[in-house]
Amino acid sequence: MSKETTEFKPTDWQSPEMKARIKRRYRKEKSFRVMGFTAVIIAALFLVTLLGKISSDGIYGFFQTSIDLDVPFSEAVIGNPRDMDADAFEQQVMRTNMLRLINDALVKEFPEVKSRRDRRELIRMVSSGARAQLRDMLLADPSIVGTTQRVRLLASDDIDQVRKGKINPEEAEANRKVKDRELAWYNKLVEEDRISLNFHTAFLTHGDSRDPEMAGIWGATVGSALTLVVTLAIAFPIGVLAAIYLEEFAPKNRLTDLIEVNINNLAAVPSIVFGLLGLAVFLGVMHLPRSAPLVGGLTLALMTLPTIIIASRASIKAVPPSIRDAARGLGASPMQVVFHHVVPLAMPGILTGTIIGMAQALGETAPLLMIGMVAFIVDIPGGVTDAATALPVQIFLWADSPERAFVEKTSAAIMVLLFFLIMMNGLAIWLRQKFERQW
Amino acid sequence: MKKFAAAAALLTAATLGTTGAEAQSRDQIRIVGSSTVFPFATAVAEEFGRTTSFKTPIVESTGSGGGLKLFCSGVGTNHPDITNASRRIKKSEVELCAKNGVAGIVEVKIGYDGIVLAASKDAAPMQLSLRDLYLALAAKVPAPGTDGGEGNLVDNPYKTWNQVNAALPNKPIVVLGPPPTSGTRDAFNELAIEGGCKTFPAMKAMKKSNKKAYKALCRGIREDGAYTEAGENDNLIVQKLQTNSEAVGIFGFSFLDQNGDVIQAFPIAKKEGGDSQAPTFEAIADGSYPISRSLFFYVKKAHVDVVPGIREYLAEFTSDKAAGDFGYLADRGLIPLPAEDRAKYEQAASALENLVLD
Repeated sequence: MSKETTEFKPTDWQSPEMKARIKRRYRKEKSFRVMGFTAVIIAALFLVTLLGKISSDGIYGFFQTSIDLDVPFSEAVIGNPRDMDADAFEQQVMRTNMLRLINDALVKEFPEVKSRRDRRELIRMVSSGARAQLRDMLLADPSIVGTTQRVRLLASDDIDQVRKGKINPEEAEANRKVKDRELAWYNKLVEEDRISLNFHTAFLTHGDSRDPEMAGIWGATVGSALTLVVTLAIAFPIGVLAAIYLEEFAPKNRLTDLIEVNINNLAAVPSIVFGLLGLAVFLGVMHLPRSAPLVGGLTLALMTLPTIIIASRASIKAVPPSIRDAARGLGASPMQVVFHHVVPLAMPGILTGTIIGMAQALGETAPLLMIGMVAFIVDIPGGVTDAATALPVQIFLWADSPERAFVEKTSAAIMVLLFFLIMMNGLAIWLRQKFERQW
Repeated sequence: MKKFAAAAALLTAATLGTTGAEAQSRDQIRIVGSSTVFPFATAVAEEFGRTTSFKTPIVESTGSGGGLKLFCSGVGTNHPDITNASRRIKKSEVELCAKNGVAGIVEVKIGYDGIVLAASKDAAPMQLSLRDLYLALAAKVPAPGTDGGEGNLVDNPYKTWNQVNAALPNKPIVVLGPPPTSGTRDAFNELAIEGGCKTFPAMKAMKKSNKKAYKALCRGIREDGAYTEAGENDNLIVQKLQTNSEAVGIFGFSFLDQNGDVIQAFPIAKKEGGDSQAPTFEAIADGSYPISRSLFFYVKKAHVDVVPGIREYLAEFTSDKAAGDFGYLADRGLIPLPAEDRAKYEQAASALENLVLD
């Protein structure tokens, strides 16, 4: 028996010092748990406040106030469709000042308003988009000429804000956007049950507008989609090929180490830097069109590349060497090993990384600022070289508009953007769950 | 994988193909420039697109300086046709334009914009003069009791408004305003700070003796925290004012026009003890409100008739229905030009008269 074993005494778990130590250990663990839980709660609270604020504001953005008016489509103003052929009638309708129709309808509703100036104020209660609304009605059905129709016309943003309770009628008149007279007219319309708040599909189907009640998110959505298609078409093949080469074929030396360090660095470079690069290269040297989704997509592809390469390399590395050995043992060439076995097995991880990279690109504004995509564009882009904006840019532009009604439009646009982000991240999770393999 | 590579190759080919086409022709007007003019230019662009057969112009908000730089970078469809500015074009910019072959420029003045000092409704009202603003916000001010001039200047010692002027409330000086990149800030420095600076005779004398120092001293804003740069977003300033009743914000008139129910604007006097003037539509239009500036846009003559619709856009912007007294731009907060001035610019725009700098 050596000296040490005779001197060793088993731990006395019941001794007072040991009991105190154990107690301290449990206390530490407990306080760590409490701290961790508090951290989660704080993060959740921030998230709930943010989402709560956005959705309580944004939900109004999907609804818009309308005024029902009896519009006399008189032949005196529009002309008689039976006297002319379809083309001539269409031209005639395009030329007609629809404000006269709205004016006539309002005069019938408010015969007491006489002076020209007051009438203008009255007409201002109806959105400037109502003109297009009447024009489309006439073009769709010329037979309504000569009749009087009850039409649900979009109200102006000010009237809309009154309906939504965002303008306080108790406030002193001088400080209010909507004056007492307009409020009296509004109240008369309410009494006659002509004011209604309806779901506003135009918000989802229209392009941008300077009138909040006419503004829509579709132009920006299409712009974002086109940009992402370009980004995916460039970043995915290049990123995956780079990852495969670096992981499977490249020799391990100083040079590849340097490349690896640089790729990891690029992933942390602020996105505005990629915007400057895009401005210099794509616009400056290659003379691609300004504000085009093509340039936006190329710029964002540069930004997403490192993310895709890093994720792809990680998932290629995770494929066990035994798979490669087995394939080689059966006589497969290095190319066959990679493309028949390694890449298909790594695909779920590669796709997840790609989708997360794309979601990042979807939320990016700063690089787009430099290449002219922060612009007022009404037309829906039809291709990658048409001028376009993107969803986050639209949010930025609306947040900066003076009209009060754009506050709710901004929040509504954020909700749309969040919806797409959730969809993309959900897809990433689904892909991972469905195809991931455990070894 | 092969498919992706093929798609990428196709895309690149398509890109190169369309590049050539784009460089040759463009059927859509491109506008850049000031963020102050942006809300008005976009309103005109939209109305123009709606009522004519031309495409709706693309309007980018790049700031006055950035817009003029793009505008002056050359002739050809890769460069913008029109730039908006919340100040007049500078001589150096005209020279830059000329150097790059942009010779014919048409200048159109569209109206005025007032720069407003406002606070929350809960704040005590203040009657400010330009001298008060200078003393409260300049980096260097005349030592108390002196008349200023070189040698008599000290770092701004004032912490509360009543130290600046005993008639003002005892409230800390907290001002939220635009950053130096903004045209609004340029105009504020020039009109308000320099305007107050000039009321000290010794400072005014410096303008002749040492112009460079005068400009630096009379336009420099303090950087010790009393003036906070709140970014280019005026909506943000309005929101911050509502939560902090001690703060005073600086922004364009159109934001006051839209938010009159939650914020109050302070009347400003040109001279110490003179009549102070609230920033109303009328006061800015007739020039009695001291901090107002003109808004412009500039058109490249070489692009007229090359890019379709420029003449018609000019006609729309200068028409009575847009820029007139009861036009739709006035609804959005633009202060229109007097009728005869507007008629003059409407005439100049339709004749494409060349810019003359005096």
